[in-house]
Amino acid sequence: MIPQEIADNLKAKFADAILDVKLDGVIDPYARVAPGKIKDVAVFMRDQENMAFDYLMCLSGVDYTGGKLGVVYHLSSMKWNHKFTLKVDVTVENSHVQSVESVWKTANWHEREAFDMIGIVFDGHPDLRRILLPDDWEGYPLRKDYKVPEYYNGMKVPY
Amino acid sequence: MGLLDQKFENGNIIITTADNLLNWARLSSIWGMQFGLACCAIEMMATGASHYDTDRFGVFFRGTPRQSDVMIVAGTVTLKMASRIKTLYDQMSEPRYVISMGSCSNCGGPYWEHGYHVLKGVDRIIPVDVYVPGCPPRPEALIEGIMKLQEKIRNESLAKKKTA
Repeated sequence: MIPQEIADNLKAKFADAILDVKLDGVIDPYARVAPGKIKDVAVFMRDQENMAFDYLMCLSGVDYTGGKLGVVYHLSSMKWNHKFTLKVDVTVENSHVQSVESVWKTANWHEREAFDMIGIVFDGHPDLRRILLPDDWEGYPLRKDYKVPEYYNGMKVPY
Repeated sequence: MGLLDQKFENGNIIITTADNLLNWARLSSIWGMQFGLACCAIEMMATGASHYDTDRFGVFFRGTPRQSDVMIVAGTVTLKMASRIKTLYDQMSEPRYVISMGSCSNCGGPYWEHGYHVLKGVDRIIPVDVYVPGCPPRPEALIEGIMKLQEKIRNESLAKKKTA
């Protein structure tokens, strides 16, 4: 399927959940999805015979600055050899997104990384804790306004 | 055996100080702790393998800190790893030595400015005897570091009481 058909499919099924679609002028055509609907959209895209997105290539957390955060899902279909991208926008104050761990197992560690580095909370994740940093770390280091701590457990951090 | 080769064929007696004998024994079998943290560990492995063969200095790696004389900190010391390194160092029996291998463990290396997660030098948590510069250091450089450590051991004294 070409991106236009995929987007039409999504819009036909989830009229209110698809906030925005951009197909031209970008490397990866994408659709913007409401944070509370991403799981339904994911299940639909995986299970629909003509889309069959059986592979989550990457799940990334993004800080767009100005209190805006986001999650980007790069999907691929082994069966049809087509690709599509989903985006979810949230804010620093309310950074809750539905987990897609139950749809693609790959999402488990990816969501933990996005939680660890950006501070996005994935509702419904079975084991949402830090994956790279120590458990007692404070803050989310890949946020643009992150300040490096003076000390961590008595160890001076700056040079 | 180097210097002592061909010297004992007539059952000779050799006279030396206890310090010399002990130090000679110690510096001829420096056992390293087998762990690596980053790309420096690859060079450390190359140093231990057949081409550079640190076994000819009596240096080979042990799987436990309790049997190790030297800890070669080979690679980036993250803050998460730092407490583990401290624990491992505390588990080593004295006399114990530390070689800091590469820019990362010397001073933070390329992470010195933006590395929020990197300890800027392993000497902030444990005492370091020899610093080996390089990113990563070539095996020759690490061997130089080991020989510097041998030099240090040669000039120490276990028998004499330490003067504070």
